[in-house]
Amino acid sequence: VIPAPFEYLRARSVEEALAALAEHGDDAKLLAGGHSLLPLMKLRLAAPLMLVDLRRVPGLHGIQRENGSWRIGAMTVHTDVASTGELGLAARAAGLIADQQVRNRGTIGGSLAHGDPASDLPAVLLAAEGSVTVQGPNGQRTIEAADLFRDYLETSVGHDEVLTEVRLPTLDGYGHGYEKFTRRSEDWAMVGVSALVKQTGDICEDVRIGLTNMGAVPMRATAVEQALRGQPLNAESIAAAASRAAEGTDPPADLNASADYKRHLAQVLCRRALTEAAGL
Amino acid sequence: MQVSLTVNGQRRTDEVEPRLLLAHYLREVCGLRATNLGCDTTSCGACTVLVDGTSVKSCTVLTAQADGAEVTTLEGLTGSDGELHPVQAAFRQEHGLQCGFCTPGMVMAAVGLLAENPDPTDREVREGLEGNLCRCTGYHNIVRAVRTAARS
Repeated sequence: VIPAPFEYLRARSVEEALAALAEHGDDAKLLAGGHSLLPLMKLRLAAPLMLVDLRRVPGLHGIQRENGSWRIGAMTVHTDVASTGELGLAARAAGLIADQQVRNRGTIGGSLAHGDPASDLPAVLLAAEGSVTVQGPNGQRTIEAADLFRDYLETSVGHDEVLTEVRLPTLDGYGHGYEKFTRRSEDWAMVGVSALVKQTGDICEDVRIGLTNMGAVPMRATAVEQALRGQPLNAESIAAAASRAAEGTDPPADLNASADYKRHLAQVLCRRALTEAAGL
Repeated sequence: MQVSLTVNGQRRTDEVEPRLLLAHYLREVCGLRATNLGCDTTSCGACTVLVDGTSVKSCTVLTAQADGAEVTTLEGLTGSDGELHPVQAAFRQEHGLQCGFCTPGMVMAAVGLLAENPDPTDREVREGLEGNLCRCTGYHNIVRAVRTAARS
């Protein structure tokens, strides 16, 4: 299967990419690693007339720690995020994306801008309360994770903007857990759960949980968080809280799993992810 | 558009359509037919080649994205005297193939894996090759072949 014809521009700077987006409007798409966009183009579900490749744009690669947060260039591939263990939850989740070949090409910025609720990193960004930096015709702005994912495959990044950087808090003192259920190891998650837990003694000081593929957008399991925050952390309290993981969700049924099965998975995986994050 | 890349050590420049996928470029423009197209949806791994030393699925990479890169296909592993690469030799010795369709991709993914992890455990081999499907389900001997290659 071959994509529909398009023009190709290898941008040398963010400004050049922005100019191309301004000129071609909705006909243009940005190309990062291409591992979300190219499959859509091959199936002709997307047919941009102009592809703007960001690969040669300087300054979009790399991972740096700075003043309590991580700065990750949008073009940084999953393999590099996965091998930076200090990133904690993000590294763990990135290492479970698809397979090694996909992780060698797919990028953190591309994945977040694509905004697939079944992919791993959107819910991680949400749980970590990170943000993305975008550049547009009117300069630079920050979009908090909670404001990024608007609807199915739709994010707040404008058609005339370039996502340049991802920011994640360092989350010192938090334990993390990540659980993903798939039929084949390289598949998208039927359901995934990201958990972050900060504890003082055995009391849960803070807890944040991100749900993957439990709705049109990635979401937080707020009922679980409320049930556990301030409570002692033990097998019973975690199980009781995790039983609320599907509250407020509307998971899409698909060939692999019915909506009810996904609700069940969310509870089981949430218990496991919390248990791991709490170090129990 | 014009692309310049190095394929199996040979530098070449070609005029291609922007939509030409790397797998088609290798097979039809370069005439290198070891790289197979299986699922064509980034799942099966039969089209795995190395781009700048790391394994990629060439059905999901534009030739334009490989401009300036060094691409290695299965043909590029074999020495000029026809001597098999250690991973190829190990696949033969351990019978790491049945019908052979997945083999070029398996070998290239294994070469990529061993470059990162020269002495993987069985589990690490299985996880490292999770992006490559063998419809004959001959995984056991494939894992053994990769471990044999690591020792040689």
